[in-house]
Amino acid sequence: MHKLSTGRKVFLVVNFTILLLASLLCILPLINVLAISFSSKAAASGGYVNFWPVDFTIASYQYALSKPEFLAGFVVSLKRVVIGYSINILLAILTAYPLAKERSTFSYRHIYAWFFIVTMLFSGGLIPTYITIKEVGLLDSIWALVLPGAVPVFSVILLMNFFRNLPKEIEEAALIDGAGQWRILWSIFLPLSVPAIATISLFSVVGHWNAWFDGLIYMNSQANYPLQSYLQTIIITPELNSVSGNELLDMSEVSDRTFKAAQVFLASLPVLVIYPFLQKYFMKGLVMGSIKG
Amino acid sequence: MSWNKKLQEIPFHLMLIPGVVLTIIFSYVPIAGIVIAFQKFQPAKGIFNSKWIGFDNFEYMMNMPNFTNVLWNTVFIAVLKIIAGLIVPIVVALLLNEVANVFFKRTVQTIIYFPHFLSWVILGGIVVDILSPSSGIVNQFLGYFGIKPIFFLGNENWFPYTLVISDTWKSFGYGTIIYLAALTGINQQLYEAAVVDGANRWKQTWHVTLPGMMPIITLMTVLSLGDVLNAGFEQVFNLYSPMVYSTGDIIDTFVYRIGLIEAQYGVATAVGLFKSVIAFGLIVWSNKLANKYAGYRVF
Repeated sequence: MHKLSTGRKVFLVVNFTILLLASLLCILPLINVLAISFSSKAAASGGYVNFWPVDFTIASYQYALSKPEFLAGFVVSLKRVVIGYSINILLAILTAYPLAKERSTFSYRHIYAWFFIVTMLFSGGLIPTYITIKEVGLLDSIWALVLPGAVPVFSVILLMNFFRNLPKEIEEAALIDGAGQWRILWSIFLPLSVPAIATISLFSVVGHWNAWFDGLIYMNSQANYPLQSYLQTIIITPELNSVSGNELLDMSEVSDRTFKAAQVFLASLPVLVIYPFLQKYFMKGLVMGSIKG
Repeated sequence: MSWNKKLQEIPFHLMLIPGVVLTIIFSYVPIAGIVIAFQKFQPAKGIFNSKWIGFDNFEYMMNMPNFTNVLWNTVFIAVLKIIAGLIVPIVVALLLNEVANVFFKRTVQTIIYFPHFLSWVILGGIVVDILSPSSGIVNQFLGYFGIKPIFFLGNENWFPYTLVISDTWKSFGYGTIIYLAALTGINQQLYEAAVVDGANRWKQTWHVTLPGMMPIITLMTVLSLGDVLNAGFEQVFNLYSPMVYSTGDIIDTFVYRIGLIEAQYGVATAVGLFKSVIAFGLIVWSNKLANKYAGYRVF
C-alpha cells in the first residue's frame, strides 16, 4: 500500500471533522430536547440542561401519558397509519403495475399515466379541496385523512420504474406457462420488489404519522385529532401565534418546557423505531426507482 | 385492435379503477371547484347558485395592501431555500464520497437523513425550544462569545434566514442521496486513467467527479425552478407569528388565513389559483428544460 501524501492526510482529517460536525448538528438539537424532557422544571427553566438530563426525572412523561387527549391522539394516529398505509400500498401496487407495461402490451397506458401526472402538476388548492371533502360528508371522519391522498402518485412512479427495471424474461416465461396478470403481479413482481415496497412503505407510514394539517382543518372535534394535530395546537399555537412579543419571551422561559419536550420525543418515537429497519432499503429502492427502464 | 387483445387488457383496467375513482373525487372535483375563484361564493348557496363576478376576486387580491409583500416573501424565501438545498447536499455528498471507512460513512448517512423524517410540528417544537432567547441552547452557546440573545423567530430581519437555515438543516442529508447515487455510477476506469495521467485528488475531483455529476446537478437545478413559489407552508405555519408577518408571511399561509380563518372563500381560491397557474407554468417549463439539457422525462 502506498503512503498517503501530507496534503491527503490533512484533507482526510478536515473532511472527517466537517462530516462529524454535520452529524452533530443534525443530532444535538434532538438530544438537547431529549435531555430537557428528562430534567426537572427548575433545571430546564434555568437553562442548565445541555445534552444530559439535570435532576433526572420522568415526571414529564408521566404527565404526558396521563393526559387523555394525548392518548386519544395516539390512538387516532395509529388507526390512521394502519388504514392509510394499507390503502396507499394497495393502490400504489395496483396503479403502478399496469402503468409499467409497454404500450404494446397495454394500449391505454399513456392516457392513464397522464391522468395521474396531471394531479402532480395542478391541484384545486386548499379551499376547493376543503369544500369537496365537506360536501362528500367526510368532515370529522378518519376517512378525510386517508382517502384524499389514497393514490400516492410519487410512490406510484417510483414503483412503476422499479417494475420496469425487472427482467422481462421472467414475465414472458410466466405468460407462456399460462399465468394471468394478477398472478404475475402477485407471485413474481411483488416478491422481487421488496426494496421498492419498503421504500414507499416508509414514505406512507411516516407521511401518515407526521401529517397534521389535514387533521387540523377536517376534524371539528378535538377528540378526533391525530396526535400531530393535537401537538400542533398545544406545542406551537399557544406559544408563538396569538400572543404579543413580551408574553412570548416569558412563556418560552417558564414551566411547561419539559412537558412539551417529552411530548415531542414521544411523538417521534414511532419514527425512530421503524427508521433503522427501513433505512437499509430506501437508498436502494429510491435509486432503482428513479432510473428509467 | 383485436377482441383478443382487448380481453387481455381487461385486468389492467380493473387494477386501475380504484385509483381512478378516488383521484377523480379528491383531485379532479377540487380542480373543477376552482370556479369559485370567479364567484362571490357563499357556502349556503353552494357552487351552483353563487353569483358569478368574473375577475373581481383577482382585482381585490391585487389591491390588498400586503399582497405584493407576501408574493415577495414567498419568492425570496423559496429561492434562498433552493440555492442552499442545491449547494449543501452536493458538497456533503462529495465529502462523503471521499470517506473510505464504510462504518463512519454509513453512520453519518443514517444520522443526517433522519431529520427529514420528522414533521414540522415536531421540528417546530424543537426549533422553538433551542432558539428561545432566554433559555434556548443556541443563544446560550452564542452567549459564550459575548453575543447578546437573538430572537430568531420573533425578529422580522432574522426570520427568513432562520427559515432557510432550519429547512436546510432538516433536508440536506436526505438531499445527498441522489448525488451519492450519481457518484457511485461514475466509471472507475476514468479515475484509474486519471491517475495514470498523473492527476492528483483535486484534479480527479475537478476533471472526473464533477463532470460525472453534472447531468444530475443540471437536472436538480432545472427541476427546482418549479419550486419558486413553494416557500414551505408546513414550516412557516409552525414557526411564524404576527410579529414576523412582514417578512415571513407567504402565499400559502396567506391563503389559509383569508380562506379558512376569515372565510373569504372566493378571494382565497383566487389567490390559490394565481399561485397554481404560475407554478404549473414553471413546472412545465422546468421539465422542458430538464428534457432538453438532461434528457429527463417524468414518464
